[in-house]
Amino acid sequence: MSEFAVSADGLGKRYRITHQRDPYGRLTESLAGVFRAPIDRLRGKPRETIEWFWALSDVSFELRRGEVLGVIGRNGAGKSTLLKVLSRITEPTVGKAVLSGRVGSLLEVGTGFHPELTGRENVFLSGAVLGMRRAEIIRRFDEIVAFAGVEQFLDTPVKRYSSGMQVRLGFAVAAHLEPDILFVDEVLAVGDAAFQARCLGRLEELGASGRTVIFVSHSIPAILRLCDRGVLLDRGSVIAEGQMQSVVRAYLESEIGRTSERAWADPTQAPGDDVARLKLVRVVSASGDLRDQIAITDAVEIEVEYWSAAPEGLRPSVNLHFFNAEGVCLFVTNDWNDRSWSARQRTKGIVRSVCRIPGNFLAEGQVIVTAAVSSYNPTIVHAVERDVVAFDVVDRTEGDGVRGVYTNEWPGVVRPMLEWRVAQRAWETSRPSHWVGDRETGQANS
Amino acid sequence: MPARAQKPRETLLIRPRTGWVGIDLRELWSYRELLYFLVWRDLKVRYKQTLFGALWAVIQPVLLMIVFTLFLGRLAGIAPGGIPYPLFAFAALVPWTLFAQSVVGASSSLVDASNLLQKVYFPRLLLPIAAIASYLLDFGIALLVLGVLMAWFGVPLTTSVVWLLPLTALLLEVAIAVGVWLAAINVRYRDVRYAVPFLVQIWLFASPVAYAESLVPPAWQPIYRLNPMAGVIDGFRWALLGEGPPPLGAIAASLVFASVILVAGLAYFRRVERTFADVI
Repeated sequence: MSEFAVSADGLGKRYRITHQRDPYGRLTESLAGVFRAPIDRLRGKPRETIEWFWALSDVSFELRRGEVLGVIGRNGAGKSTLLKVLSRITEPTVGKAVLSGRVGSLLEVGTGFHPELTGRENVFLSGAVLGMRRAEIIRRFDEIVAFAGVEQFLDTPVKRYSSGMQVRLGFAVAAHLEPDILFVDEVLAVGDAAFQARCLGRLEELGASGRTVIFVSHSIPAILRLCDRGVLLDRGSVIAEGQMQSVVRAYLESEIGRTSERAWADPTQAPGDDVARLKLVRVVSASGDLRDQIAITDAVEIEVEYWSAAPEGLRPSVNLHFFNAEGVCLFVTNDWNDRSWSARQRTKGIVRSVCRIPGNFLAEGQVIVTAAVSSYNPTIVHAVERDVVAFDVVDRTEGDGVRGVYTNEWPGVVRPMLEWRVAQRAWETSRPSHWVGDRETGQANS
Repeated sequence: MPARAQKPRETLLIRPRTGWVGIDLRELWSYRELLYFLVWRDLKVRYKQTLFGALWAVIQPVLLMIVFTLFLGRLAGIAPGGIPYPLFAFAALVPWTLFAQSVVGASSSLVDASNLLQKVYFPRLLLPIAAIASYLLDFGIALLVLGVLMAWFGVPLTTSVVWLLPLTALLLEVAIAVGVWLAAINVRYRDVRYAVPFLVQIWLFASPVAYAESLVPPAWQPIYRLNPMAGVIDGFRWALLGEGPPPLGAIAASLVFASVILVAGLAYFRRVERTFADVI
């Protein structure tokens, strides 16, 4: 019996990308292809290009029993693909991995939940899907329910639960899995702060009880708290490995860790086509300083620069997609809103396009930006960089924000400061006089 | 945890598979509890927020029986003499309904569970099998209704009723054989969703449900036998209502063709299974 719980040897996963020159387009993804095809044919490009994309390449590591490994890297670095391969959801293209012990994976909160079924029923269903035996679920049922705090709603269909309750119940089931090896992907990105703290505590317990855990997260503090060892992935490959702290340091010091700025020095290497290529995307405060954190009351600006080749008949424009940590698209904006620019004839040069998002508009939490340069009519996506920059919106709850001094959960994907007009009128003039209590006035009936 | 330490640790090797792979029966067996929960979920969900609930299990075949009786029952020679036409039709509609529901349910079972396929591992075969197994309850209820009908028409049960058990197994084999094919194809080609209702309709007319198999011209019989449901339905009719020797030829033909489709279907399923999560 080997002393390693997990040993991965040269794992690689290749995906095929067809007929999309920009695999990550979002707004333009579906329609663009239809319209782009005729143009491509005129330009002599093949209609369908098959591209191979290595989401994971030559990943090797060994993990002793009881070790907790943290995997970090930018979005799209291959972290989730690694967990999918290790949990047998998808097969590797090359390489192999040996896992010794019972494997459980927690890639999503509430796996297997059915909205029509009750909380009680879903505990059993989700438990079974995650690999628990029926007897095991029965034995731990009370614990699971208590952890989730949904005792009164056990016989209510889950579709009537608040999203917070669903998340709590989902995590509670998963948290009571007892595998020897556990894979956890970003589950801490959901739920409120108090619940996240409890999830983290539970994961810590699992690690302390001798389970081997592989943990993927964006949260550096969580990673540092939980993991002894770390692996840094970039474009599918391991670029740093070792003590978690040193891996985190490597991540933060390298270009790939700097999520609030991305720059390309060489136009030939930058994302884009022969019309436009991205040069720079960064997050700055109103005064122009690079920021990865912004107070909820302050404005934040996204600067985009691109090399423009002045194509005939095309008017490229920058568009930005904003997502929250759950992947919900908050809004999309386009620099054609600058009317004078949008009508202008393009010439060769470097275009700088700045979008200002006012303070008191975004909700608190992580905001992830996808930047693209595209033309409309005909629709062509010239350059797109998914999840190119990210920043955190922080609410210090000092009373000047939308939430005032209220500190509990404040739902919503945005948190705009809206105009309210509040006024007061005299009571008697607007209501029948008998609404005023007799006893209070003593003379309302007279 | 001393108990845990003593348990032998399972070792799992993850590597790319190539070519054809067999069915891992031991693994399937170890996931039997999940199969149970998937069936249980399908049953719970199917009749939630419905007015008639499990009555639907009976409504469909009974309505079809009435339609067949009204429009076809009076045609001379469609049913062999002696057996009342409604009973003749219903004895075939009971297995037919299980087959039709299974094909529809199994074909969408993987696509409907696409989220699950991308988030957790279990033998993918469980999904079409669970979809089919969940219709066994409806089948059981329909059989009871059939029993009531037989009593009503005064048709006694004979000892040949014991044949129902192997015949039901054969029926399930046909359903699984067709189900796994459609389920796996549906992952890549959603055309299946549009083709299945049509396929089931055609198949109904190509099977001796509304009419007796003896109505098929002898020249066509060999081709007709290629339909594994023909033997199943003949068998059901004979076991419940018939006299004389069992239609062994028809049943054997059905068994052979169903097995061919099943083995090929399982092989195909296992071959494409590894890319389900990537293409779904």
